[in-house]
Formats: sequence, C-alpha cells, structure tokens
Amino acid sequence: MQFNVEWLKKWVAVDLDAQALADKLTAAGLEVDDVRAVSGEFTDVVVAEIEDCRQHPNADKLKLCSVNDGSGEALQIVCGAPNARTGIRVPLARVGAQIGPDFKIKRAKLRGIESAGMLCSARELGLSDDHSGLMELPDDAPVGHALVEYLSLDDTVIEVDLTPNRADCLSIRGLARDVSASCDAQYTPLQIDPVPADNEAKFPIRLESPEDCPRYAGRIIRGINPTAKTPLWMAETLRRCGLRSISPTVDVTNYVLLELGQPMHAFDLDKLNGEIVVRRGRAGEKLVLLDESEVDLDTEVLAICDQDGPVAIAGIMGGMDSGVTDSTRDILFESAYFKPATIMGKARAYGMHTDASHRFERGVDPQGQVVAVERATALLLEIAGGDPGPLLLAEEPACIPRNQAVTLRPERLNAVVGCEIPKATVESILRRLGMDVEWAGDRWSVTAPSARFDIEIEEDLIEEIARIYGYDEIPEAPVSGELVPAASGHRVSLARLREALCSAGYQEAINYSFVDEGHLRAVHQDDHVLPLANPLSSDMDVLRTTLLPGLLTSLARNVRRQQPRVRLFETGVAFLQRETMNEVERLAGIATGNALPEQWGEPSRTLDFFDMKGDIERLFALRGDTCKPVFEPAELPWMHPGASAIIKLDGEAVGWCGSVHPLVAKSFEVKRSVFAFEIDLEKLLNREVPITKKISRFPSVRRDLAIQLPDHVSFAQVKNCITGCAGPLLEKIIVFDVYQGENLKKSYKSLAIGLIFNNVSSTLKDEDVDSVIETVVSGLEQHLDAQLRG
Amino acid sequence: MNAVTELQTRALEQVAAADDLQQLDELRVRYLGKKGEVTAQLKSLGSMDPEQRKSYGQQVNAVRDALNQAINQRRKALEAAALEQKLLSERVDVTLPGRGEHRGGLHPVTMAMERAVGIFTRLGFEVATGPEVEDDHYNFESLNFPPHHPARAMHDTFYFGDGRLLRTHTSPVQIRVMEKSDPPYRIIAPGKVFRSDSDQTHTPMFHQVEGLLVGRNVSMADLKGVLHTFVNAFFERSLEVRFRPSYFPFTEPSAEVDIGWEKGDGSEPGWLEILGCGMVHPNVLHACGVDPEEFTGYAFGMGVERLAMLRYGVTDLRQFFENDLEFLRQFH
Repeated sequence: MQFNVEWLKKWVAVDLDAQALADKLTAAGLEVDDVRAVSGEFTDVVVAEIEDCRQHPNADKLKLCSVNDGSGEALQIVCGAPNARTGIRVPLARVGAQIGPDFKIKRAKLRGIESAGMLCSARELGLSDDHSGLMELPDDAPVGHALVEYLSLDDTVIEVDLTPNRADCLSIRGLARDVSASCDAQYTPLQIDPVPADNEAKFPIRLESPEDCPRYAGRIIRGINPTAKTPLWMAETLRRCGLRSISPTVDVTNYVLLELGQPMHAFDLDKLNGEIVVRRGRAGEKLVLLDESEVDLDTEVLAICDQDGPVAIAGIMGGMDSGVTDSTRDILFESAYFKPATIMGKARAYGMHTDASHRFERGVDPQGQVVAVERATALLLEIAGGDPGPLLLAEEPACIPRNQAVTLRPERLNAVVGCEIPKATVESILRRLGMDVEWAGDRWSVTAPSARFDIEIEEDLIEEIARIYGYDEIPEAPVSGELVPAASGHRVSLARLREALCSAGYQEAINYSFVDEGHLRAVHQDDHVLPLANPLSSDMDVLRTTLLPGLLTSLARNVRRQQPRVRLFETGVAFLQRETMNEVERLAGIATGNALPEQWGEPSRTLDFFDMKGDIERLFALRGDTCKPVFEPAELPWMHPGASAIIKLDGEAVGWCGSVHPLVAKSFEVKRSVFAFEIDLEKLLNREVPITKKISRFPSVRRDLAIQLPDHVSFAQVKNCITGCAGPLLEKIIVFDVYQGENLKKSYKSLAIGLIFNNVSSTLKDEDVDSVIETVVSGLEQHLDAQLRG
Repeated sequence: MNAVTELQTRALEQVAAADDLQQLDELRVRYLGKKGEVTAQLKSLGSMDPEQRKSYGQQVNAVRDALNQAINQRRKALEAAALEQKLLSERVDVTLPGRGEHRGGLHPVTMAMERAVGIFTRLGFEVATGPEVEDDHYNFESLNFPPHHPARAMHDTFYFGDGRLLRTHTSPVQIRVMEKSDPPYRIIAPGKVFRSDSDQTHTPMFHQVEGLLVGRNVSMADLKGVLHTFVNAFFERSLEVRFRPSYFPFTEPSAEVDIGWEKGDGSEPGWLEILGCGMVHPNVLHACGVDPEEFTGYAFGMGVERLAMLRYGVTDLRQFFENDLEFLRQFH
C-alpha cells in the first residue's frame, strides 16, 4: 500500500514529519519500505501560459514561445517540446530557478535567440517518468502561481509492506485509525452522508449464493457528462498512491478503493440486461475481462451475471463488454462484500493480481459497502454531474460476519507480555483502535470495529496492545529455566565425522536437494524418484536419490576452473520414494587428482582405491575397534566394475565406494579418474561404549610369511584362512607387500604378511608359535593353493 | 727411565694420537688385551720375588690405570666429535614446507549453523529434526495457515503431484515435537528448507534454525531476552536489537527482529532483519494437545545464510551453493 501523507493527515490529526511517521508505522507493525518526496526538489517554478508559439527561425525542431508568467512582461523562451503550442499552461522554471542539486536555469542563447527560462516536462520536475513533452496543466491553473503550492507538492509518499492480517490498513481510513492509536492522535473521519435520489432508477439484484456474497450495494447514475475530466487534485492523489488517472468514473472507484478500502466497479448500464445475479460460475462459461484476457469459469469461481451470463469475475475484474467507455452516460456502481475464502487463490489461479482481489481475499470491512457507494456517488456527481437513483441494496444479514466480543484478562495480558501494562493504558489503546471496551469486574469485554475482523481471540487483543504500547517497552528477561540435560547416546557426533574428512583434505560442499532427473539416470540411480510438480527449471526437477550427481557437478565445475586436485564431501538427505518416503541421511565424498597435494620429497602418485578406502576406514574407526566394515567387490552400474566395493556392516550394505565409471564421469564432462563414496550416515554414528580389556604384559612375537597364490584369491580369503587356523594367539595381521609380475607363476601374486602373536597370561615360546605357523601355512596351501616363497 | 715408564709414555702418546674409535680399540688390545704389552708385564710378576713384585706390581698397575683412563677419555672425545659430525651432516632447511595432506574445511553455512545451534544448546535447548518432504498438515494447517490464505503466498512452495511438498520452513518440527511428547518443550531445529524462488537474494534451498520453548509463564520478555542474548553471543558484540510487530499465522503476538548493523563503509548503522518470532499461537498449541491456558511459549526462526553472510562478509548468496573451492577454502 502506497499513500501520500497529506491525504492521511486529513483523516488523522498527526503532527509528525514524514520520517517520524514512517518510524511510528514500522514500530506498530506496518513496515515501511520507502519514504520519498512526491516530486523532485526545485525552486521558482511557476504556472505559465504559452501565449504565442512560432517556429524558431534557425532550427527545425525548436519553437519560439512568448510566455506569460504572471509578471506582466512576456518572456521569450526557446523550447523543443513537440506539444508546445499556443494556449496551453505549463510549468516554467524561471531564470535563477534551481532544479535538483546540480541544475540552475540561466539566461541562454539557443541558435542565436535569447531564452529566458525553461518550460518543463513532468520528468524534469521529478513528478513522473513522462518526458514525451511539456507537462500540460489544466486551463484554469493560476498563471504566476508557484507550482509547489498549486499542486501541493510539499508532500511525501510512504510505501508500507502490509502483512496479510492487516487488510484494514489497505485504505487511508484504516491507516488513519491505526496511526491515531500508535501516535495518540485524533482520528478525524470524513463525514459521508447519503446522497438523495433524483429519480427512481432501480435495477434488480439477486444473491443466489449469499454465503459467497451476502451483500451487494449499488446505484444507478444517469446522464453523466462523458467529456468531464478528472480534477487535478484527484489525478494527483491517485498518482501519489501509484494509480494512473483513466476516466472520471474509474478514477472515482479507485479513489474510493484507496480512501475507504472498498473495491468498486462501474458497469455501463446500457450493456446490462435485465438483472444482476451473483452466483457461482458454470463449466463452459467464458468471459473477456477489462484487460482483454479471456477466462474460463467454473463452479469454484463467483461470477457477477446479468440475464445473458457473466459480466464480471467477483472480486477480481469486470468484463470488457459491460465496462464503462468514453461514451458511457448511464452507469451502475457495484459495491459488494465477498467472503475472503471465496476469493482466495482465485486471482492467482488466473495468473492475475488486482487491487480488488488483493483486498477481497484478505477481507474488506463487511460494513463498508453502502458508505462507499455514497462516497463514490457524491464524488462522481461533483465531477461529471448526472442524476443519482436510490441506493440499491441486496443483502443476507445472517451471512454477514459480525465481530463478537472478546474477553481480555489483565493477568493473562501481563503474563504473555511479561510486564504489567496499566489498565488505563490498555483501555486507551483499545479505544484509540476504535474498539468497544467494557470492564466487567475482573476482565474486559472488547468488540473490535467491523474492519478489524482479525480480532478473534484474546491473543489478538494482546498483540494489539503490545504493538501499540510498543515492543520496545517490553523488558528483556534473562534466560532461565530448569536446566536438565537430556541423556545423550554414546554416538559419534557429525562434527567429528566432518572433522575427520576435513583433516583428510576434503572440503565440505552443499548441493541442492533437487537435481536433474537426467543426472540420476546418468548415475543409474533413477529408481524411487519423486518428481516436483512445479520445478523451477528442468535441471532441478526431482529429489536426489543419491548425493553423487551434486558432487560430480561440483567436482566438474572445479576441474573446469583449473583445480588439479579436488576433494569434496557432503552430508544430506537422499530421498527414496518407495511405498513411503524414505529420507536417508547420507555422507558422501568425491576426489580426483593426486593422492597428496604436490610437494617435495614424496613421489607424486595418482589417487587410487586404497587411498579413499583408508579415508572411509578411518571414519568407521570413530565408532570404535569392534566396528569392522567389510568391503566386498561389487558391480554397481555407475562404478568401475573392477575397482568398486559395497561396504557392509554385519552383512548389511551401508554404502559403496570406489572408482566412478569413466562413462558416468564423462556424462558430467569429467575426463579424469574420479573416486567417490556414499554411506548411510546413521551407520557411522552408532558407537559402543568402549569397555577396557586386559593388556598383555608379555612381549609379542612377529613372524613374516611371503606367500605366492592365485590372482583371484582375495586378501579377505587369506585373512579369514589365517585367522581360522591361527587361533587365539594371533593378535594382528599386517600386509607389508603385494607383488605381481616377474619371478612369479602366471596369474599368481605374492603377498608379504606379518603375523603378530601374543598371549595375555604367559610368555610365548618359539615352539608354540612355530606350530601355529605350521598350521597356518598348511591351511593356506590346502584351502587357497598358496605356497611359501623361497 | 725404565721399560715400564717408556711403555707408558709410548702408549699414552699413541692413544692421544688415535684418530678414530677403531685405532683406539686396536691400541687397547695392543696394550691391555690378553696378549697386550701391559698385560704381559702383569703376567711376568708371578716369577718375581715378593719385594720386587710389590713395587713393580704397583708401577705396572699404575700404567694400566692411566692407560685405561686415557683410552676412555679419548673414546669420549672421539664419540663426541663423531656425533657432532653426524648432527652437522643432518642439518635441514627448516623453512621448506611440511609434508602430507593439506587441510580441508567446513562449509560456511555449516559453520554458522553449528555456531547458532551451539549457543542455544548451551542455553539448554535440545536439537530436534524432522523430514524435509512434508505435507500440507505439518507445513501449513497445523501451523494455523488456512487453505488458500494469502499468508501462504509468502511461501512459494514446491509441490509433488500427490499434495506433499518440500517444507518451506523448519516450523513443522515444532508440531512434530509437540505431538510426540508432553510439555515443557525446549528445542532447536536446524535444517534445510525450500522455496520456489531464485534470484540474487533467494536460492530455492536454504537453511533455517528454528527454536521453540513452551512452559509455564513464558512471556514475550523471555523471548526478547533469549534472542538478544543469542544475537550478542553469535556476533560476539553488544548489538542493538529491535523487535518489530509482524505477522506469522502460528504466532500471536508476532515480531520480526532487526539488528543495528554497520556496513563497515562508514555509513550510519542501519536496521537489518535477521529473524522472525512470536508467542506460539493458542490454535497451534491446542492442535498439538497442549492446553494454552496452562502453557505458553515462544518460537523463532532464522535464516542461516543471512547469519553466515553477516559473519563472514559473504556478499553473494549464490556462492554458498556453487561449491567453488576458491571460495570454500577460505573456511576451515
């Protein structure tokens, strides 16, 4: 809502400058977005008349004007405006006038002819963007009068960003009421009297759906002057409130909309047939609106109809055929109350938003219809003449909302606000807001004015009192409370996992939770996808089922920006739509480039599977010693078939890791080898409370074995075999070399393994260890075709 | 000068001249070994008469001791010199860079969120979370948004075909917590939220931290106190705070909170909105089975990106989701 301060001041005796007023509005919950002067700054600009306008002798595009500025002496002024002509009145900046901070009018010679001042466009004076020509003033504008006074330009425009609950402030009247309360200033409402009828002109109005429209007021006015012009004061006021002047009838309805908050419509009476019926639309009905768009109606939409069908969409916009035109002489005013719930969302559904729909869907004053008709009638008669008929009114009083009395208890008020507000203050605030207040021994009974239908419960009154009393006046209580910490599980904190990855060189990334469905297809994880009904764009059209595409996209972007080495991780939800939605928190990482940053003294080596596996093992290690993830070779379609694994815990798959399939990487425009992992976060968090075991005081014994075995035998098999054969004395297995190549049988590899033995209760004897080793070696031979190497 | 004195002089000279430990050891063997010259002299004592044996014996023993001492001294000197030499040869350029992995870092949004959550947990709030795919009931209706209400227009919502939606705020967590347990409640709920809006100052996904405290005799004064405490703690200075009446369907009274913020360009501090809050609407408590007569409470919600931008001087919101390493590496 945008309004000019001078208009407001006619409705409330507030004596503050514009900025102070704006601060008050904001402090009372009517947030001010902008405060600006209604015109640019200038001095010595007056109303002047062009008494004679001729062609400049030396320039095609210039004119030579003889201008009367009221001083008695005609001024010679050169002007290039296309609309400069004899007889019009325009603003004149005299010699010496200051326009804006940097521009001073001087006597000048233009193409050899002296010019004593400048005739101005509206834009030059900061009044509008119009720079098409001189600003033409009415014929009766007083020549010689200062423009600032003539147009009352000593005024300010304030824009308030109103919350949806404050529909009452979508009018000067409502704003004045609130300002009267917040500034403790006298509310001085306009006296609006009924206009006596000049004739008996009536028009039948039928409310077929009184639930949607319980009141429809109107009036016929015949014989208005179609050539009448909107007076300057009204056009200026509309302009200051952000509306354009169109025609007297439309301007009057807009003026009343701004002044009283009641949207109105004017029909061309000749175009209406038989009667007005307010009813729900019917499937198949169509209507061309004032903005020339054609809309389809249905039973959800409330329509204003005549005998032939819809003539307006209730509360949104009138139809083109029945609207007033330049030749309209007889009109029917409409001023109705529509139930907000009926109008809500309808304009949006049509892709429209009008001043009327904005107000009706938030709710207008249920008692404001008749007074609006009276006000509009009086204004139109003043401007365009005509004969008013009697007030027309159809209503279903039972369906018109009425505010009920709301109870307010002083102790509840003070308890919610947190301080004691004196009773007299409470009553004064409520009365200034136009409320009816009665003290009933221990509580108030408060009835809000009809425009404040948002006051329904005690808390609503508490808010009113608090905001007018001033949120600033409410004290700040120190934080207190019974501090009983909830028992927290012995869990790995997300912070530690993040820290572990940061230490391993990963930088945390955050990607959008929605991705391009094509990206999920590219990583072969487009099952269980939930598509958005209204995505912002096609590259964000489904919820991610994996964090991989986001990380691949981020990695690709960094590679494009010449980052040789990228390591990123992310935590977030993967959305798996099965029978129900499974939101699985995941921890995922991605890396490319060398195993270590480029540095001296370390041979440079490309990142491989085991580097990332180590990172993952260190994450699981946070859960404690007993948590041993198992990495099983896996054929995951988005991964390298020979260098990827499923990560299992107690037989359950909890994630995957390895080398991303080169074709997948390529579809994200990455041509380098990329490693990634993704793990269900929950599986990294559960931690067992460590219970200490007895530590052996005896020295341990190490034996190294070098074995040769077929390629296809995995280390896991070797390890299982050794563990099985060695028994309880075996403490630890270390792999210290893996070798393939020369000196080995074809398709064989060699493993060098250290076995560490210990006994908690006694010193190990060589014979004991020897016999274990013997068992181990024969086990390896029997089960895995492994032989000891020379 | 008898033979023994001559032996001593010669041996000591040789020990003093020994250049390394091996030479020294050879000297030790030559004089003090089993077949050494001094040892031979000691062995010869047996064939002497007692008188002679006594004085000669003393003399030879003195030579042996002197020699032993000299050898030990010389060994220490040689060892010290050798060590010094070794250490000298091991000198490194300590200004060369250290080895190993470089450190990564946390995302600034995570840092700001953890910081905010940390302050509230220290004030006794417990962390709560909820789903990101919600339905109309939890995201709107139970929070007192009637269907088609214009207040919903402030939440540009992502919908799925079946009426479910991506939560537009973390407030549904309030409802889920209150439905599940009995008051009092004191929770802080960080998380992602979604609105279908994308321009310079809006991203379709962002983060919020929601707080809810419901108990007996909880007032707006408590709300003002806790939030001012938070703001000062988060920004590590005493800031001006302004509570401005506003509107949220699920709180009544409602407020927006501005902080007095210096842009750092020398201009006057201006008010900057950082969060919304209010007293939990009785309809919301009622719908969750909490008696609004017995319990009152407050709720607040803040945008984490805004906090991160202010704290870390980030000027372009969209940088948060581009994951450019040049940007991210500024955060540790």
